Amino acid sequence: MKHLAAILFLLAAPVVAQTSEQPISGYAFMEPATQELQDDDFLNPAFFLVAEGMEIWNRAWPGASGEARSCRSCHGDPKDSMAGVAARYPTADPDGAGVINLEGMLNREIETRLGGEALAYESQELLALTALVGYQSRGLAMSIDASGQVQDWADRGEEIYTTRQGQLNLSCQNCHVDHSGEKLRGDTISQGHINAFPIFRLIWDEVGSRHRMFTWCMESIRAEPFAAGSDEYLALETYLALRGEGLLIEAPGVRR
Amino acid sequence: MKHSLSILLLALAVCVSGQALAQATPSHPALTGTPGDADRGRALIRDPSRASCLICHSIAALPDRDQGELGPPLDGVAAIYDADELRQRVMDARRLSPDTIMPPYFSTEGLYRVGREWSGTTIYSAQEVEDVVAFLVTLVE
Repeated sequence: MKHLAAILFLLAAPVVAQTSEQPISGYAFMEPATQELQDDDFLNPAFFLVAEGMEIWNRAWPGASGEARSCRSCHGDPKDSMAGVAARYPTADPDGAGVINLEGMLNREIETRLGGEALAYESQELLALTALVGYQSRGLAMSIDASGQVQDWADRGEEIYTTRQGQLNLSCQNCHVDHSGEKLRGDTISQGHINAFPIFRLIWDEVGSRHRMFTWCMESIRAEPFAAGSDEYLALETYLALRGEGLLIEAPGVRR
Repeated sequence: MKHSLSILLLALAVCVSGQALAQATPSHPALTGTPGDADRGRALIRDPSRASCLICHSIAALPDRDQGELGPPLDGVAAIYDADELRQRVMDARRLSPDTIMPPYFSTEGLYRVGREWSGTTIYSAQEVEDVVAFLVTLVE
């Protein structure tokens, strides 16, 4: 199986440099040693979060109406209830005019149904829940419903994606579309897709969310980052979900 | 008559292309009175923390294993451009090609959403530009 994956990668490698039509997962741009970390759940340094997420899933919260509740009280086994969910996010906010991502929906559920306090972005608990829910979509194609307001947000995200920013005066597009597959010092530039989040990132030595990655990128071009959970990042995330339409969810992934 | 006309046309063509060439390679005089130090320039362009040349370009004469591929190799760059032309490219390559992805190393013009930490500063100081140019002019082959 591993050999097959290696052969597939070799076949895919020349394509990496030539076409940007077909989205290619960041996985294909990694060193084999990093790929192996993701391939094996026992080696994957982000995988412990799936078990930790399950503990939170089963945890009793005060409940909105005074009766203790957990995620499980309503949603049962996430294997059944959460299959495919992460692949459809961000989605139109059912209670508003905007879009909502997985982190936002988890926090809304915690606040409105479980009577708890929203978990902070990048807190281990929120990362664990997104890892648990993301894991239930592993191997499923990312595919968001871009009708109505979602498309508007994606358009806004595309504008951010294509705007040159920071002291280095680069847009996301400059590198991830125009130069993906090329070497930036020792690293091969990926297409910048978001299908593996949350990820354990080797250079962070930690797990991080999509929005943390956006901030890392913006800081790398010496731009002023937006805040995690901000409208700008939600717009960017929505655009990237559309741009990576069809990529298989790899959560929780590993990247260099 | 026909002959002299073609000479005239040729001369005109040379003039026009000469002018076009001059316009296509803007240059900039030295930024400081202190000549650049090629050794310091060499160290600077290898330093990844300084968003320097080797992130995107390669230079065969340098021992660094991981060199960039985004821009053209810089080997022999000094055989094509003189110090003033190289300086302009380092300072702000947009002067040569408005859509270049090369960051401007000595300009804050037209930048958007620059991080607070970097606001109002340039990637290189004037003397660092001189140091880098002093190294680049050694790349004659």
